Amino acid sequence: MKAGNVKYRIGKSGGFQALVVLFSVACVVPLIAILFYIIKAGITKINWHFLVNIPKPVGETGGGIANALLGSVIVIVIAALIAVPLGILGGVYLSENKKSRLAYWSRLSIDILQGVPSIVIGIVAYFWLVKPLRGFSALSGSVALAIMMLPIVVRSTEETLKLLPDSLKEAAFALGMPFHRVIFKVIIPCGISGILSGVMLAVARIAGETAPLLFTAFGNPYLSTSITKPMQTLPLLIFNYATSPYNDWHDLAWGASLILLLWVLLLNIFTKLITRKWKVQL
Amino acid sequence: MDTSVENGSVTRSDLPLRVINSGKSMIAVNARQKIRRSFNQIRAENIFKRSLVIIGLIMVVLVLGILLTLVIQSLPSIKSLGLKYLWGRVWDPVQDIYGAWPFLLGTLLTSFLALLISIPFSISVAIFLGEYYPKGWLPNLLKNTVELIAAVPSVIYGFWGLAVLVPIVRNFETHIGVEPVGVGIFSSSLILAVMIIPYAASLGRSMIQMVPSPLKEGAYSLGATRWEVIRSVILPYTKSGLFAGILLSLGRALGETMAVTMVIGNTSLIPKNIFSPGNTMASVIANEFTEADKPVYLSALIELGLVLFLVTVVINLIGKKIIDRFTNE
Amino acid sequence: MKRHAFNFKGLFTAGALFAAFGLVSSCGDGGNAGGGKSDSTAKGSSDDNTVIGAGSSFDAPLFSKAFAEYTKANGLMVNYQSVGSGAGISQLTNKTVDFGASDAPMNGKQDSAVSAPVLHVPVTAGAVVLSYNLPDVKDTLQLSPAVLADIFLGVITKWNDPRIVALNKTAKLPATSIVIAHRSDGSGTSNIFTTYLSKVSDAWNTKVGKGSSVNWPAGLGGKGNEGVAGLIKQTPGAIGYIELAYAVQNNMAFAKMQNKAGNFITPSIASVTAAANITIPADSKVSLTNTEAADGYPISGFSWILIYKEQKYGDRSQDRATKLLKLLSWMIHDGQQFSGALNYAPLSPAAVSTGDAILKSATYDGKPILQ
Repeated sequence: MKAGNVKYRIGKSGGFQALVVLFSVACVVPLIAILFYIIKAGITKINWHFLVNIPKPVGETGGGIANALLGSVIVIVIAALIAVPLGILGGVYLSENKKSRLAYWSRLSIDILQGVPSIVIGIVAYFWLVKPLRGFSALSGSVALAIMMLPIVVRSTEETLKLLPDSLKEAAFALGMPFHRVIFKVIIPCGISGILSGVMLAVARIAGETAPLLFTAFGNPYLSTSITKPMQTLPLLIFNYATSPYNDWHDLAWGASLILLLWVLLLNIFTKLITRKWKVQL
Repeated sequence: MDTSVENGSVTRSDLPLRVINSGKSMIAVNARQKIRRSFNQIRAENIFKRSLVIIGLIMVVLVLGILLTLVIQSLPSIKSLGLKYLWGRVWDPVQDIYGAWPFLLGTLLTSFLALLISIPFSISVAIFLGEYYPKGWLPNLLKNTVELIAAVPSVIYGFWGLAVLVPIVRNFETHIGVEPVGVGIFSSSLILAVMIIPYAASLGRSMIQMVPSPLKEGAYSLGATRWEVIRSVILPYTKSGLFAGILLSLGRALGETMAVTMVIGNTSLIPKNIFSPGNTMASVIANEFTEADKPVYLSALIELGLVLFLVTVVINLIGKKIIDRFTNE
Repeated sequence: MKRHAFNFKGLFTAGALFAAFGLVSSCGDGGNAGGGKSDSTAKGSSDDNTVIGAGSSFDAPLFSKAFAEYTKANGLMVNYQSVGSGAGISQLTNKTVDFGASDAPMNGKQDSAVSAPVLHVPVTAGAVVLSYNLPDVKDTLQLSPAVLADIFLGVITKWNDPRIVALNKTAKLPATSIVIAHRSDGSGTSNIFTTYLSKVSDAWNTKVGKGSSVNWPAGLGGKGNEGVAGLIKQTPGAIGYIELAYAVQNNMAFAKMQNKAGNFITPSIASVTAAANITIPADSKVSLTNTEAADGYPISGFSWILIYKEQKYGDRSQDRATKLLKLLSWMIHDGQQFSGALNYAPLSPAAVSTGDAILKSATYDGKPILQ
């Protein structure tokens, strides 16, 4: 009887373990299915020509996505230029002021910002920048994306800095270093891999955003480098061409989807490698 | 490098001083320089601290600004529709009738259903990586793969859902005897469930890894099986962390736009069951924002955005309160 | 002063440092884009030589082809984005674009929101077709206005309903339920379709009405033509409305519609042009639905380009206004040659001459722009 009970308990434990393994492995299936499907649909469309040409009008074969690639890079870099310095200093502020009332509200604001749907940010950016300035621009798209990046950068900075031992900071202070130099010379360099991976995750997240760009960056069929003028980006191109009636454009959209997916996934994997190489963990 | 720059600038500005005091000893000059330098550094430090505070303020102002913009833009609809907007059951732009209830219901249904589906998976991953197999290349691969799930752009989830998942759901619906449309609340909940797994899983994993080993070892030494340790030690110890992860997932599910829009069926009728087509607040905005041709219509859509914004704020506040209470214990 | 500079130097270095990381993080892609830049700047990216338009997604493919040809010939770059007709109108209202494009003329409320009079220039015409998924039915389905309205009202729910059978005596109609697919996003296509139903059915007019987004009494919504077509293709027994170009490109079955004269008309470029060959009012704001023409397809409509009548507003130069007007004038004449291949109906002669008169009424600082 007692032996049976123990056997039952061990069996139950083993059963649970099997269940956990089963459920965990099942999580991987959708990702692989998606990768497989997009690669199958997009791989035949991609070649050098596809990467260096701008889209052709309907009815002409060929054409590429160079304008969207360049546009995406420009829009994202500007967004990062806005969000990264602000976000890192914001993270420093939050980790240095754990108890103050303003810090409480800023932390709350960041939490809220993280939850704001991207489409709402698009609407807001339109009313802040596009309508008053009477024109769509890459810059307004970058601002919308920067607002989306900000909470991720702030959060990863704050979390990373929290993990650093206080003795590090105390040693620097004991040597007579002023506060700002402790931050820039000791704290941030020590946490750089955590901060960096936060930045890259933020970039990966906004790289695929469509909704905030519809009414800000607007799109552009030509190659443009002017940030005060409309600009095409990859997600916008996918969105527009995938809903069109023409097979040529669908092919373009599938190819672009694959490129976007690879870009985002590589960015994530790259981030992981950096985190591992720099030995400081998140 | 920085020190030399600083010294250089200090020396330059002290040049006239040194000329005047050329007769005095170098020690006095150095002391004066030192005093000045520390004075400078105190000033710089204050300015730096102040600019940090300003950045903290900017974040608050940003969120208030978003709130204010949404409120101002939805004023026409708030004025003309009032509070009945929230529980109005009909959304009919042609007759200027705007009721948000079908979308509120659709949002809650999809989000909570997605949560329900995803919890067994995310908790499993958390236990798998946190307790059973914390080290090794295979668990590492699983961890990275699960994190990649969060990285796939939502528009790509939508495409895949439409092409692969919807036909499967349609077959399933034929089997159980409901109208086989495929798209609907059930399909979008499935997609959402996949998308939100990583959020609860990664927080749960780190929480489980933080369980003190003496606790677990104590239980093992008393003869507990692995399952009993998990049930009586690990889960009770980490429930606040797991809950926080689930709230994070919920927040993500509520605001998800593109993927849901593509598979939910998009009708403004109140859903009859979980297989009915429906609409969420985010999907209505995405669908109709571009064609809102009347000021009231546009502002009713922005008001939806405002409601969505407020819902996420409330969820965040509740989550924060609960986490604070658990961590303070 | 110096202390401030010192402090900001610190901030700046930090900023620059992380800006560099931003660049690094997206460099995985920079190489490709760089290559693209050198390759196609030959076309020139002088942004001053650009006209910006936004609106109807229906027009987008035609515009992409026609404007690309215009760019080759005249160097003017036209950036047209398909954001939807309603958005096209509101962008013109907010003066963020040079021209809007819409499948529905501006209504009273929209007119009152605009600060100055707006001209409607007809540019093309299209048809909305009823596509269906009945794998076992070989004949082309025929529908009458009354039956169509009752299907979309949810009154007729089975494919073998006697009223459908009466119109299709030879076809073997199954006893399956009808699944209705409609557009979920607001669209000009929905506007043309609901305008037609409102004209032919009193019940529809009172219960649902017409508009870009209506409260559909039954059915599923799909986003865009793509979404509706997907629903139809995947759901046996489905019927839905999509643009002619879309149905033709995707080899989808579509029904013949009975027009006002009582003839069953197959939607085609010819039957749409026939529908559009009617007397057109001076402001060109006319609906082609339920046309009087005997061989005209009844569910068709114009698409318009919208511009301000007075082109001097904000800091617009006369040069820009002239370029815009020349473009539009070219579009309604030479630009029409690209319609057929893309399944758009070319403008009828009557529409072209009305369009000419409208374009000539546009002014800059009170003086006409085109002679």
